[in-house]
Amino acid sequence: MSRWWWKILCILLLGYVVAAGFLMPVPRLDILNETIRNLYFHVPMWFTMMLLFTIAFWYSILYLRTGNLKHDIYAWQFTNTGIFFSILGMATGMEWAKYTWGAAWSNDPKQLCTALCMLIYFAYLILRGGMKDDEKRARISAVYNIFAYAMMIPLLGVLPRMVDSLHPGNGGNPAFKQYDLDNNMKLVFYPAVIGWILLGVWIGSLKTRTELIKFHRENI
Amino acid sequence: MRKASILLILLILLTTVAQAQQAEMADRMRSNGKIYVVVLVLATIFAGIILYLVLLDRKISKIENNRKS
Repeated sequence: MSRWWWKILCILLLGYVVAAGFLMPVPRLDILNETIRNLYFHVPMWFTMMLLFTIAFWYSILYLRTGNLKHDIYAWQFTNTGIFFSILGMATGMEWAKYTWGAAWSNDPKQLCTALCMLIYFAYLILRGGMKDDEKRARISAVYNIFAYAMMIPLLGVLPRMVDSLHPGNGGNPAFKQYDLDNNMKLVFYPAVIGWILLGVWIGSLKTRTELIKFHRENI
Repeated sequence: MRKASILLILLILLTTVAQAQQAEMADRMRSNGKIYVVVLVLATIFAGIILYLVLLDRKISKIENNRKS
């Protein structure tokens, strides 16, 4: 986790996205106008969240199998970071919606399902906060994390696509894929997804390493 | 008279279609170079955040290495 090469890659990719995201051409569309560039920022927040929750899910399973409290620390801190990115994703989505859909909140299915998913993960934090014993807290929160992840899959990936929705790609709207057929947006979007994911993993790793240091200090 | 009204309707439709091709974008900002100010501001914020992360990463590495030795 202290390896630097993927962090350099992250800095290069995101630096490119910050510049190219505004300088490179995009399709000229009504209603969206220049806000279509939010694709490079709002959408990767969610991809990052999903990957971070997947990592947390993995470490939750590992904890239940090994009983090693370090795995619990990984799971906890990567969940924390995932929650942070979900807040950013929701906030940026509402800001974008206010000026394109007409309102910050439209009871859009994807908005609702994502908010529900966020509440489920907030409850994980409350659950952890209420328990003092390390092993019990680790065991119960690992089980909860696994169920929370199992809820996230249909909430984010299945339900929104099955009903009418304002979000592109759902409910009869053309997906953004149709808009970047000219490949101009793909040139920035794919590096953006990778860059933001690397940033999420970097932040998660820093938080985990900090807690591991504290853990070692208390358990010498 | 009918031909004239058909032509008039087509002309009005043409303006709405033309609007999609002429959707208002930040063209003026590009032509007067102000778009680079936007990029500069964002790059500065980004550089600041990255600097913070790098310093934090280094501090944690130092503590980890001290603990090992």
